[in-house]
Amino acid sequence: MLSINALEFGYPDSDFRLAIDSLDVTAGEKLAVIGPSGSGKTTLLNLVSGIISPDRGEIRVNDTQIEGLSDAARRDFRINHIGFVFQDFELIDYLDVFDNIIHPYRISRALQLTAAVRERARELAARADIGDKLKRHAGELSQGEKQRVAICRALLPGPKLVFADEATGNLDPPNKGRILDLLFDSVDAHEATLLAVTHDHELLPRFDRVIDFLDFRGEGGG
Amino acid sequence: MHALYLAWQYLVFHRLRTLTLIACVTLIAALPLSLEVLLDESERQLLSRAQSTPLLLGAKGSALDLVMNALYFDDEVPELVSMRAVDELWDSGLADPVPLYVRFSARGFPIAGTTLDYFDFRGLELAEGRQVALLGEAVVGATVAEELGLGPGDTLLSSPQTVFDLAGVYPLKMNIVGVFERSFTPDDLAVFVDIKTAWVIEGIGHGHQDVSQVTDNTLIMQRDETGVVASPKLFQYNEITPDNIDSFHFHGDTGAYPVTAVIAIPHDVRAGTILRGRYLESEGLQQIIVPEKVIDGLLQNIFRIKNVLDAVIVIVGAATLLALLLVFALSLRLRQRELQTIYKLGCSRATTAYLLGAEILIIGAVAGVLCLAAVFAVEAQGSDIVRALFIN
Repeated sequence: MLSINALEFGYPDSDFRLAIDSLDVTAGEKLAVIGPSGSGKTTLLNLVSGIISPDRGEIRVNDTQIEGLSDAARRDFRINHIGFVFQDFELIDYLDVFDNIIHPYRISRALQLTAAVRERARELAARADIGDKLKRHAGELSQGEKQRVAICRALLPGPKLVFADEATGNLDPPNKGRILDLLFDSVDAHEATLLAVTHDHELLPRFDRVIDFLDFRGEGGG
Repeated sequence: MHALYLAWQYLVFHRLRTLTLIACVTLIAALPLSLEVLLDESERQLLSRAQSTPLLLGAKGSALDLVMNALYFDDEVPELVSMRAVDELWDSGLADPVPLYVRFSARGFPIAGTTLDYFDFRGLELAEGRQVALLGEAVVGATVAEELGLGPGDTLLSSPQTVFDLAGVYPLKMNIVGVFERSFTPDDLAVFVDIKTAWVIEGIGHGHQDVSQVTDNTLIMQRDETGVVASPKLFQYNEITPDNIDSFHFHGDTGAYPVTAVIAIPHDVRAGTILRGRYLESEGLQQIIVPEKVIDGLLQNIFRIKNVLDAVIVIVGAATLLALLLVFALSLRLRQRELQTIYKLGCSRATTAYLLGAEILIIGAVAGVLCLAAVFAVEAQGSDIVRALFIN
């Protein structure tokens, strides 16, 4: 599913270096990525999704070699194949829940907003227990509800790769478990692969595999 | 379409900011356009009327007051001249005089005392009723008829000049006998009476009981062989009817009766030139003017003011545009997180531009429609606004 080889990356004007000799993630796997702040966990997600390009090495998602794609192709690849769940939810404040869920379809020509997609969005929302809140704006939702909306938005295009960047970081303990349940169930239902950056070590036993980023830091890392 | 939808949602969510932006753009676009419309209308109204009035005779003094009163029935009354000036004009054989006495008003509309020649001269056609034929009769302009709901058979009371003018202007109930067709000139806003009726309102002519016949001695102050002096108790009629019309009479020398202006219609260009030459003497108490020249001067002043206004509008417009740019730039900063999120999700570069462009497009389109509506409204009311701004 995801294969990384001889990857090297550094930010300009920074001594931060990320070096990954080899990393393979199989389809359907739920992988937790841990490590101290600044160790490059989010950078890895950005590299795999093509938001930033590596200095060297190869990133392959299924048959697509990410670093070889143009900027436009990387954007299309992202919206088609990767679902993002952010720590701060990143919902659009001026849109209601329903419009937030279908937002990826409104911002890219790579996705076509059809009646079937709208119906699927309603079903997703119903499964996430927010089916009765479709007309509410983000400001009217609880933290847990916001993250449910974000998960629905990430999963609607049917991505095979879901990135959760500290998705439970802003939630209280009871919500953390429920959101993780929802995320795992949804990922299973879509037969997707999950890459979750987290600081929550008590959640780690629920993942198939855990990788520690301290192992990938290059020389001079900070 | 998605860009428009998202932009619309954004604008609706931030409605206060949106309304402020729309108001700014609308104002800055509508102001110069409306001003242009008003100036065009003022030029049309003022100039066409002035061009159709060859010469104007009046007392020496402000030529502008004379023109504004005689042509546009402005309530600023110029110095008066006497009917003798009209007779002299007749006697000159150079022009046909049309006297005007525009001093009074009725329910906010000017009363123009004149002769039947005026209606021929202005080409005023009756929409209903007939021309004035008797003392106390009036024909009203189309706007007067419409706004006051008047028609033939109705009456209209002239307004007293001041509340305390007990001995002077006497309110006269005028009988409306006709309504003129709309001419889109100040004539639409006037109440026309025979000049003698205007003199009755002035108090120069009046009607009352025949003092030689009265039996109530309290009405008589003095009676002898030479005449009778009535007491203030004697009732003066305030309406001219078939029963009392014969009692109406005028005192004094007709030649001394007042007029505010005399329209002089020269028989030809040469006669007009000669006539103007006769009134050039500095000792004379009268002047003869070419209204078009006076109005040209007025328009020059208006256009000078317009140029200043244009400059102010350009500066204010530039400042507003800069402020709008600043608002958009700040808005972009505020939306940086949203833009970053949609970029991460995979939003195309073009879509980001469409989203922001759609926002500007919607604000511009709404402001454009409002601007057009404002300009159309100004255009529709242009005639009244011009009268209020430049004539009255």
